[in-house]
Amino acid sequence: MSITTLFENYSEFRHRHPDGDVPHNPYKWAMAIDLDACSGCNACAVACYAENNLPVVGREKFANGQVMHWMRIERYWDHDGSEFPERGARYLPMLCQQCEAAPCETVCPVGATNHTPDGLNSQIYNRCIGSRYCSSNCPYKVRYFNWWDYPSTDNVWPAEMNMQLNPDVTVRGKGVMEKCTFCIQRIRGAESDAKTQGRLVRDDGELQTACQQACPTSAISFGNLVDPESRVHKQWMAQQVELNKHEQAKDEEPGGSDLRGYRVYEWLAPYPSIMYLERVRETEI
Amino acid sequence: MKDIREDIAWAKINTDVLKSLENPRKLYWVILFIAVAVFGVGVGCEVYQYNMGLGVGNFDNPHMWGLYIATFIFWIGMSHSGTLLSAILHIMHADWRKPIYRFAEAMTTFSLMTAGLFVAVHLGRIWQIYFALPYPNMRQVWPNFQSPLLWDAMAIFTYLSSSILFLYVGMIPDLAICRDNMHSGWRKKLYAVLSLGWEGTDRQWRNFRMTYLTIACFLIPLAVSVHSIVSTDFAASQQPGWHITSFPPYFVAGALYSGCAAIITLFIILRYVFKFEEYMTKSILKKVARLTFAIAMVWTYLKWVEFAQAWFGHNAHDQHLLIEKATGTYAPFWWMMNFCASVVPFMLVFKRFQTNIPVLFAVSLLLNLGMWLERFMIVAPTFADGFYPWTWDHNQWPSLVQWGIVFGSFGWFAILFMLFCKIFPSVSMYEVKEMVYHRSLETKKLQALQAAGELAAAGKGAH
Repeated sequence: MSITTLFENYSEFRHRHPDGDVPHNPYKWAMAIDLDACSGCNACAVACYAENNLPVVGREKFANGQVMHWMRIERYWDHDGSEFPERGARYLPMLCQQCEAAPCETVCPVGATNHTPDGLNSQIYNRCIGSRYCSSNCPYKVRYFNWWDYPSTDNVWPAEMNMQLNPDVTVRGKGVMEKCTFCIQRIRGAESDAKTQGRLVRDDGELQTACQQACPTSAISFGNLVDPESRVHKQWMAQQVELNKHEQAKDEEPGGSDLRGYRVYEWLAPYPSIMYLERVRETEI
Repeated sequence: MKDIREDIAWAKINTDVLKSLENPRKLYWVILFIAVAVFGVGVGCEVYQYNMGLGVGNFDNPHMWGLYIATFIFWIGMSHSGTLLSAILHIMHADWRKPIYRFAEAMTTFSLMTAGLFVAVHLGRIWQIYFALPYPNMRQVWPNFQSPLLWDAMAIFTYLSSSILFLYVGMIPDLAICRDNMHSGWRKKLYAVLSLGWEGTDRQWRNFRMTYLTIACFLIPLAVSVHSIVSTDFAASQQPGWHITSFPPYFVAGALYSGCAAIITLFIILRYVFKFEEYMTKSILKKVARLTFAIAMVWTYLKWVEFAQAWFGHNAHDQHLLIEKATGTYAPFWWMMNFCASVVPFMLVFKRFQTNIPVLFAVSLLLNLGMWLERFMIVAPTFADGFYPWTWDHNQWPSLVQWGIVFGSFGWFAILFMLFCKIFPSVSMYEVKEMVYHRSLETKKLQALQAAGELAAAGKGAH
């Protein structure tokens, strides 16, 4: 328990990515979501439930807002006066944005949420005391709290159902915060495989998040932003979106731009790791 | 109207105050029983919540904090006026505080203890609460010093321990009086231990004065910092309605305000129950009422600063939130808050109300209701109408479990306060004696001056 560890921990788990132009690490995991491709089918959300042992809370708790979907499809109705069958809607898949300067990280009293060297916003369940300050300060409200004891008291996975649980992911007890991890169990697996073979993780589908894997329209791409060959990197480059800026080329161009890439609530400067590609609507063409 | 009668005999002060420590009436036990029952409701709710998880409080995704944090701020705020009376006014030599500061200081300590409970009750994993403290551990894990919640924990611990020390040190001469006047029994033994062999020698008095002054000076910056730090829970976050620069002074003013209102409430109760009319005079009550009004106006001004900042800040989210507060789901509470905390205090402008006990009692309760609502209006609407539109679709109201725990906290406070009043003198005997002495000296001086003036006018002066 020395002061040195305090400062070491601080510098290690509060850095931003990249630092200057130099990445800390061969990896920086990031995502790009094409809203034009998203059909709002919710397959990503279902895949996330299966992969990450999310409890299905039931109708009553869902109505109470206590649902635990790390990946959610938000639906925003058009306000053009038309009624339901004709009425258009936009979909926004929303998950933890893995911010580089995450508002949630600084406010946790016990340091249960930190930044990993490969650019993930991690959550340590064992350390969490449930003050819920992280969620209060999250601009996207993508952190989900275990209001109930889902594994035992609520018995979400009764005897025959618990065989479906993913053995690579812990089951969370009551009173801790949880959120999208970018499927950290898959990331760690791929990273360590690559390490034993003396290479970096390839961008050929070796590593996919559950939501990406399940998306029928390939709206989600995920990969290493540092790797110039990765699809994510190319998408970010094509849209001229830069990780450490809080205003992108798209907004800077006067009179609109052909670029589609943006990040949600960029002006708050949390530097999110997920770029969205704006939907191109018929009316706007 | 004088703050205190100048010809009260010192022995009478002793007997009057010690009378309050005698065996309580039946009514005392009835009220204490009710307080215990109220506290029991809170404990029951907490046990249920502990077993089931926080879901029983009806929290949900955007509505992460409910009544617990609001009530936590309320109790922390209430603690500030004890320090105002006992430390700040001590340094400013305002001697009218002397008969009333003891119970105010006790209120400080007990409301801090109540606030501390809410920190624990609020947590999802209350059994891991010690993680928030920098305790030595093998894995070299530190808490996160960037977090305002950690500053909170530290500030409250410091303030609580210093308040207890201040309350105790200020009581030593009185404990000696109790020791010397009590029949033998466990209480005499207690006073004998606690009074640390006080004999009232010159040397003891000198050391005592020095110590008391030192702790008072130490406590004043603490009192200001504690509520400033509580305000950073909000001001240091990024959310609309919270991320406001003027929050620290606003919170401190609000704290002093609700504290002063609580002092009026307890003042009136103690005055009536212990028949302390001789010491807790209407003249002092008038001064407290005026002080409350002044602080109410400071608070109202700072509240308008907050609104102005949201309105003229050209931040769409802040403006949206302000409009929602005034017209949305929370509008009844918001308007009631404004009425209770900014309009009702104008009652205190009128001289006839400044000494009218039933009116003051009602007003003080209304002010504190307003201040509780104010805390609720800081915490809740930001969750309901924060940044993210997806979270605007529903409201979530606190369940009976939350209300039960809030209700129980008043029982806890009442238990502590009632026990204190029966075990320790709630009026400072030695300081009232000082006050009487100083006031009578002043009067004598004044009379002498007048007499001299008359003599001089009659041409019979010494010169």
